[in-house]
Amino acid sequence: MLDPIISVTNIHKWYSGVHALKGVNLDFARNEAVGLIGDNGAGKSTLINILSGAQQASEGEIRIEGQKVDIRNPRDAMDQGIETIYQYNSMVPTMSIARNLFIGREPLKFSLFGLGVMDRRKMAEESVQAIADVDLHLRSPDALVGELSGGQRQGVAIARAMHFKSKVMILDEPTNHLAVKETQKVIEFVRALKAMNITGIFISHNIHHVFECCDRIVAMARGEVVLDKRTEDTNMDEIMDVL
Amino acid sequence: MKRLIKIYMEKPELAALFLLVALVITFQIQSDGIFLSANNLRGILGILPEIGLMVIGVTILMICGEFDLSVGSVFALMPMTMAVLLADGAPFPLALLTGLAVCAAIGLLNGYLTIKFNIPSFITTLGMLFIARSLTIVISGGFPPLLPNDLPNWLFTVFVGPGDIFRMSFLWFVGLAILASLMMSRTNFGNWIRATGGFLPAAKAMGIPTARVKIVCFMVCSMLAGFAGMIQVLRLGSPLPSIGEGWELQAVAAAVIGGTALSGGIGAVLGGIIGAVLIRVIDNGLVLSQVDANWFKFAIGFLTIFAVVANAWLGKRAKSIKIET
Repeated sequence: MLDPIISVTNIHKWYSGVHALKGVNLDFARNEAVGLIGDNGAGKSTLINILSGAQQASEGEIRIEGQKVDIRNPRDAMDQGIETIYQYNSMVPTMSIARNLFIGREPLKFSLFGLGVMDRRKMAEESVQAIADVDLHLRSPDALVGELSGGQRQGVAIARAMHFKSKVMILDEPTNHLAVKETQKVIEFVRALKAMNITGIFISHNIHHVFECCDRIVAMARGEVVLDKRTEDTNMDEIMDVL
Repeated sequence: MKRLIKIYMEKPELAALFLLVALVITFQIQSDGIFLSANNLRGILGILPEIGLMVIGVTILMICGEFDLSVGSVFALMPMTMAVLLADGAPFPLALLTGLAVCAAIGLLNGYLTIKFNIPSFITTLGMLFIARSLTIVISGGFPPLLPNDLPNWLFTVFVGPGDIFRMSFLWFVGLAILASLMMSRTNFGNWIRATGGFLPAAKAMGIPTARVKIVCFMVCSMLAGFAGMIQVLRLGSPLPSIGEGWELQAVAAAVIGGTALSGGIGAVLGGIIGAVLIRVIDNGLVLSQVDANWFKFAIGFLTIFAVVANAWLGKRAKSIKIET
């Protein structure tokens, strides 16, 4: 694998006595869709939290496009082009779609020390465009996110990640709590990432979903990577065995 | 048209606005036209800024998902700090800045303790309610100092405007209210406040410094309450250690009547102001209508519950209006 977009080397994580990650080494290639699976407590969420800046590794190294990076908080991760979409949905239900799209990254007319007046017209225009780009049909960017269905919300979250030109999109159990039709929509989103030159890391405990949309499957158990194969070289039984 | 109705029905301050209009009409009729007379309006508008300024801060803090019970005590502590300094010969601007700094410090402490130790702000600020009230009496030594005669009352309490209809304090109130409203609706910081109160995990995941946002809101809330207290003391001409008692709950009631949710994320500064006006209107209107003044608290209590129920009902009705998102 030449020139990986993210490469993690020897990542360890301890939680007061628990060794949650035991030296994980992984490379993610450009516009590759990787399925990350594992049982509860396998360490997949910990690994994702480290990549998205929610937690920090106790030990180890992360390189993005060959550069060693220090991801200390979610903002650092976003600035490096890593966007994360969480199962609980990283949207504020009491705010409009337009405002949600730009939380923390509002376009400003002018600013002082990072605080300033938002360019609301730009927010409205760009959010309409961003939503249309992911083929989501929402009439008004002023609608509250709380009024959208679970699938539409994930769609908006994905539109947000696209809009900010992320290089890597981490989807942490994005299909939880979704209806069958909406799950299918999210899976289509993951498939479509490739065309947009975005690396997708799709975390799920539903192996069927992972097989449907990923090029490569990484399985974790007890804080270690136990399987790392191209989708076509493995099958569900083999994965069930290693977990 | 349908969309417009839906948008307005979802505005949390709508119920309060209807109530306000209804009450003004009722009191106007009940009082034989005295209620809206220039003299009476002068009375209402003259003291509205004192609760109004406090409500602005409380509303912003509640939208941010936190709560401040200490505002009533800070309302008394800030002017007492100033009075003690003035009595020692400090110039007014220095006393004002020190007073505001004390408020900011209390807000900072409220916020820091709440976030650092992950305790409900209800508890932190309940403690601060007693601490600040106690300090007010302690620093006055039990005998509040006399205020000097050369205070800049022209800046805060003199009557101005057409027919001397309002005091200078009203201009401060309107100016700060507009600033606060614009901050909430137009600036990125307002967006962060709403996101922090609306859904904390999402705000954190999007990289918003939620702890700092909350602490700033606590500080703004305390400073506005202290500033309001100073205005009352300048109006009364004497720093009483007991002012503002019970106001913390009136301020919360005003915010809630104006559509602010206790759970955070929902509300508007304008709603809180409508709530504050309602409280002043009821206080004044009951007297003019020759109703026993002891009904005042009943009315506030009733309105608080009524406004929340009405808002819930309106919201439900608005949701049932079918418009494609």
